[in-house]
Amino acid sequence: MAQPADSDQIPEPKRTLPVIDKDIEAYWTGGKNGELLIYRCQDCQYYVHPPVGFCPKCESGDVIPEAVSGHGHVRSFAINYKKWVPGLPDKYVMALVVIDEQDDVQLPCNIINCDPESVTMDMRVQVLFEQHEDLWIPLFEPETGQ
Amino acid sequence: MTEYAEKNCAITGIGLSNVSRQATRSALQLTIDAAMEAIKDAGLRREDIDGIASWPGSDENETGFSPVGTPQLQDALRLKVNWYGAGREAPGQYGAVFNAIGAIAAGLCRNVLIFRTMYEGTARKKFFANSLMKGNRQAGTYLWYAPYHLYSISLQQSLMFNKYVHKSGIKPEQIGQIAVNQRRNASLNPAAIYRTPITIDDYMNSQIITTPLRIYDCDVPIDGSTAIIVSRMDVARDLPNPPVKIEAIGSCMKYRNSWHQLDCLDTQAQPKVAEMMWGRTDLTVDDVDMAQLYDGFSFHTINWLENFGFCEKYGAKDFIENGTRIALEGELPVNTGGGALSAGRLHAFGALHETCTQLWGRGGERQVKGDPKVVATSTAGGPLAGAMLLVKD
Repeated sequence: MAQPADSDQIPEPKRTLPVIDKDIEAYWTGGKNGELLIYRCQDCQYYVHPPVGFCPKCESGDVIPEAVSGHGHVRSFAINYKKWVPGLPDKYVMALVVIDEQDDVQLPCNIINCDPESVTMDMRVQVLFEQHEDLWIPLFEPETGQ
Repeated sequence: MTEYAEKNCAITGIGLSNVSRQATRSALQLTIDAAMEAIKDAGLRREDIDGIASWPGSDENETGFSPVGTPQLQDALRLKVNWYGAGREAPGQYGAVFNAIGAIAAGLCRNVLIFRTMYEGTARKKFFANSLMKGNRQAGTYLWYAPYHLYSISLQQSLMFNKYVHKSGIKPEQIGQIAVNQRRNASLNPAAIYRTPITIDDYMNSQIITTPLRIYDCDVPIDGSTAIIVSRMDVARDLPNPPVKIEAIGSCMKYRNSWHQLDCLDTQAQPKVAEMMWGRTDLTVDDVDMAQLYDGFSFHTINWLENFGFCEKYGAKDFIENGTRIALEGELPVNTGGGALSAGRLHAFGALHETCTQLWGRGGERQVKGDPKVVATSTAGGPLAGAMLLVKD
């Protein structure tokens, strides 16, 4: 999260983890090797997200996870101010990030490591991961110099 | 255009339970209150009801989102029906009405009882309204948002609303006209939850929940139930209320039906649904006397004003400026009973109840003048959308 919780010392709420199945396991575990894994059609190169072994463009069944660059931009975002549960930061950012490789792959995420109020539409971002139990949760932060 | 089945269907009766922030009666009891009122209002008896529909059907949990399904109501009223059904995977809440149209067209039913019950007023003591997280690990619709501290739909929907603000340039004092107008309408509606008028200053000074939503942009969780009767047109013409004909519906899904992959964030999935509805009627926006638009959040209403064509894309900010056009006396009265923002989250069925209230001249102090006949109404947000054009026969 972008900022520490209030001085009340209530620990930040745990992230709710997704139920994993065969299709989505790669996305939520690729971070173990520092990789953002997105399914890609091996016949027409279309990225298929959410992941499944069928290409809606060419009907190929040869669709497998591939590491993408982890860079993208913010398609939209919102800053949360409401304390839904104890321990939440005063404000944090929910966003939809579009990966550089393909415009119709939108990834819900938090944008961290910056002032929430500095996030803008179309802002450049890069992935990082946070381990929780057996999963590596993709998050994004402002892009650093190349 | 007589081949469209909805034109052979009409709303013939309406019922509304007591609506409150914390009911003294059970959810099923409220549902029975609404259902019996609707049946009697239509001039029918229980034995005349041969179909039951609802959305989304019983959740069978404590969230209050949908505590009562068709089985409980059928049994409580001892109804004997030819068809019944409810399901979440539909064009929003109006999916229940669209299913009833199909049942009537199939020759299964003459009079369908349709209802929606909410018990979120009581449930909010334990759950957030529209609570999303229901276990240690999240499956289903919101799985892809689960790890990112999404506790209420308001934050997810704000991804769409903030995009709209960015693209349209609408200002908070313009957005606030929706809430101010509806509170004024609610002040004239004895059944509304919040009846004290608010000003734009009140709106501007109110708490920001998630950008760009302020508390007044959000609907009010309640305990309550709404019921309507949809009848085959030849039956409807023999009943006491002037039939409210279903002139046209919009029920399509031409987008990616996904809360995370929908790409038209600034319009949500409304344009194709509105286009379908207008394609099934000779009437146009110029014929519409009032609009009862979904207002889970005020931005839904703003979106529907544009996507129905009452104003151009991104033109709502000018259309609602000062609130005069959308007021009871305006050229297009909007959400005349106060809507979900002020009358309570009856979840689109309140809009159907208010439509008939107005078309049957029962609006009391909030009655729109000039004998209104044509109403555009809509439901749902995100990838879901449903629309109807209703016309007093």
